[in-house]
Amino acid sequence: METTYRSNIMICAGTGCVANGSLKVKDALESELIKRNLQKEVKIVLTGCNGFCAKGPVMVVYPEDIFYQLVKPEDVPHLVDEHFIKGRPVQKFLYTPPAEKNTIPVMNDIPFFKHQVLRALRNRSLIDAEKIEEYIARDGYMAAAKALTEMTPDQIVIEMKKSGLRGRGGAGFLTGLKWELCARVSGDIKYILCNGDEGDPGAFMDRSIMEADPHSVLEGMIIAAKAINAHYGYIYVRAEYPLAVHRLQLAIEQAKENGLLGKDILGTGFDLDIEIYQGAGAFVCGEETALMASIEGKRGMPRAKPPFPAVKGLWQRPSVLNNVETFANIPPIILNGADWFASLGTEKSKGTKVFALSGALNNIGLVEVPMGIPLKTVIYDIGGGMKNNRKFKAVQMGGPSGGCIPSSLIDTPVDYENINKTGAIMGSGGMVVMDETTCMPAMAKFFLEFTEDESCGKCVPCRIGNKTLLSILTRITLGEGREGDIELLLELSQQIKDTSLCGLGQTSPNPVLTTIKYFRDEYEAHIKEHRCPARVCTALVKFVVDKDKCKKCGQCFKACPAGALVWEKGQVAYIDPAKCTKCKSCIKACRFWSID
Amino acid sequence: MAKLTITDLKKIKQDYHQGLREGGFRVRITVHMGTCGIAAGARGIMNTIMEELAKSNLKDVAITTSGCAGLCSQEPMTTIETTGEPPIKYTALTDEKMRKIFAEHVVAGRPVKEYALVAGHETTY
Repeated sequence: METTYRSNIMICAGTGCVANGSLKVKDALESELIKRNLQKEVKIVLTGCNGFCAKGPVMVVYPEDIFYQLVKPEDVPHLVDEHFIKGRPVQKFLYTPPAEKNTIPVMNDIPFFKHQVLRALRNRSLIDAEKIEEYIARDGYMAAAKALTEMTPDQIVIEMKKSGLRGRGGAGFLTGLKWELCARVSGDIKYILCNGDEGDPGAFMDRSIMEADPHSVLEGMIIAAKAINAHYGYIYVRAEYPLAVHRLQLAIEQAKENGLLGKDILGTGFDLDIEIYQGAGAFVCGEETALMASIEGKRGMPRAKPPFPAVKGLWQRPSVLNNVETFANIPPIILNGADWFASLGTEKSKGTKVFALSGALNNIGLVEVPMGIPLKTVIYDIGGGMKNNRKFKAVQMGGPSGGCIPSSLIDTPVDYENINKTGAIMGSGGMVVMDETTCMPAMAKFFLEFTEDESCGKCVPCRIGNKTLLSILTRITLGEGREGDIELLLELSQQIKDTSLCGLGQTSPNPVLTTIKYFRDEYEAHIKEHRCPARVCTALVKFVVDKDKCKKCGQCFKACPAGALVWEKGQVAYIDPAKCTKCKSCIKACRFWSID
Repeated sequence: MAKLTITDLKKIKQDYHQGLREGGFRVRITVHMGTCGIAAGARGIMNTIMEELAKSNLKDVAITTSGCAGLCSQEPMTTIETTGEPPIKYTALTDEKMRKIFAEHVVAGRPVKEYALVAGHETTY
C-alpha cells in the first residue's frame, strides 16, 4: 500500500544542481529525517531541472509550494527543525522565481527530457570530448582512483555483482559475474577488451558515447582491469566510426600523458595499456570469439564455447569483453555505490538503458531511461509520437537479432525479462519504430538480407538456413508464396536457432518468428490473396484507384512524377497503366488507402 | 604534462569550476558536434559563431564543442550558458538563426524564445 506523506521535498537532480551538491543535501535530509523520526511523514523525491540552475541546489516543498535555494548539507538540521518540526519556512533560503523568465520551457516541461535519467550519458553536451580536464572536472577518473587505492579486486567484483549491472551489448549477462569468472582464473597475462563494433541497423548509442565521452570508457576499462588483474586492453571499434576512433585515440594519448594509462597509474603501481583495433565492419565481429579472432589477425569467425573467453580468450589468455555502454556505466557505480545504481530499474534489470530511437517517430535520437519504463512512454512521450500522425504498428527491438513488438503490447515495461517474453530482445538498444505503411514480411526480408549477407559461413544452419529463409520470404513478397510456406518458415527458423554456432545464427530468425507470431494475417494475405496490406510489395499492388474510398483530393495527382494520374477537381482519380512506372509515389501521398 | 596524482585530479576539478564558471567568461557557447550534428551542418554553425565573435570584439565569450545532445533529428544544436542563468538549448539552427541568437542572447543577454527548445540541465542521478 502507498504511504501517505504529509510533505514531499522535491530536490533537483539536474546536472547543475548535482554539481552544486544536491545529492549531498539529499543524503543529509534523509539522515536528518530519520534522526527526527520523520521518514514516514516526509518524502524525498529527486526531480528534473527546474531551470533555476544558478540558485542550486534548489528544492520545492509540497504541499506548501515553498521554493528553497542554495541549500547546503550543513543547513539541513536547521531547515528540518524549522520547517518540518516547527512548521515555519526558513526565510534565509526562500526564493521567489521571477515570473517573466519562465517563458522558455524547462526540462520538466518537455517529455523528451523529462523522462530521461542520464548515467551512461552523464556528460553528454556538457564536456568537450577532446579535453581531458573537462572530464576530470566532472569527477572523471575519481572512480578509477578509488578502485586503485581503496578497493581490492574482490571488493570491485562484489560491488559490481551487487549493483546488478548487466551487459549492455545484448545478451544481458551479469557484468560482475563475468569479471569474477575471469578473476578466478590464474594467469599472468589477461586482457580487458571493449566491444565497440556496433553493427545493428538503427543502433548508434556506443558511437555516441565514444564520440562524446571517450574517457568514461577508458575509466571503466581501468576499473575492470584492476578487478581481473589485466595490464593490457584493446578497444575494438569499426572503421566506419572515424570520429569515434579519432576521439578515443586522442583520449588514450591524453590519459597516457597524464599518467592515467600506462605504467604506474596515478602513482598506485598499477599498469594498463590500451590500444585501439579497427574492425573492417563485419557484423559477426561483434560476437566475442569472432572479435578476438579478428584482433589476432585471423578471419573474423566465431568458435564453439566452451572454453569461454574468461578462461581462454584473446591469444588463448583469460579475457573479459564488455560493451562500450557497460564500461561507461561503471565509474559512477564505483563512486556512488551499488545501492545507488540498483535504486533505479526493475527486480532483475537494474539502472538505466540507452536507446537509439529511429524510424517513424517525431523525435529521432538517443535517450537514456530507467529500466522498466513502459514502451508507450518511450514512443509517445519521449519519441514525441508518430510522424505525420500515422498509426503505430510495431517497433523492432534489437536490430536483426531482435524481433518486433506490436501495438497490442505497447504497455510492456522495457527490461530484459519483459522484452524477451515478447520474442524480441533488448539487444544493444536500437528501437526502429514502424507505422502502418510498413509491410511486415518485407521488413523480415530486409533483416534477413542483412544477416544472410553478414553470416560468416562457418556453420551450415546459418550459411544455408538463412539463405533459404530469405528465398522463401522473397517469393512471398513477390506474390509467389506457396501453401505451407509459413509452416516451413517456422520449422526452419527453429532449426537455425537450435543448431547455429554463434549468436548471429541463433538470433537471425527472430524477425521472421515475431512477424509471423504477431502479423500472420499479413503473410496469409500475401500468400493466399496475393495482396500486400501495407501496399509495399510492388508485385502485389494493382495500382488501381478504389472508387468507393477515393476522396477526390488530388494528392496522388500532385505526387505522380510520370503523368500517369488523371484527376480533376471533384473527380475520382484514375491511374493510366500505360504510363504508370509503379514508383508508389501516389500510394505514399494518399491518406485514405484508396489505391490498391 | 607530468603524471597526475589523486590530489591533482581534485585540484584540476576545483580550478576548472572556478576558472570557467565564475571568472573570465560571461558566456559559454557549446556546439554539439557528434556525427549527427556534423552531418546536419554543425561545422557551418561553428564558423558562423567564430565570425560573429570576431566581429563583436567580445573577450568574455568561450566557444566549445561537445558530442551528441540526444535529439539528433533537431540538429544542429547549440547550448548557450550565461553566468547566473540556466543553459538554453537552441535547435534546428541555420546561419541566420545563429546570427540573430548571437546578437540577442550572447551580446545583449536576451534569449531568443522562438528558436529556444529548453532551459536548464538534464537529470543525472
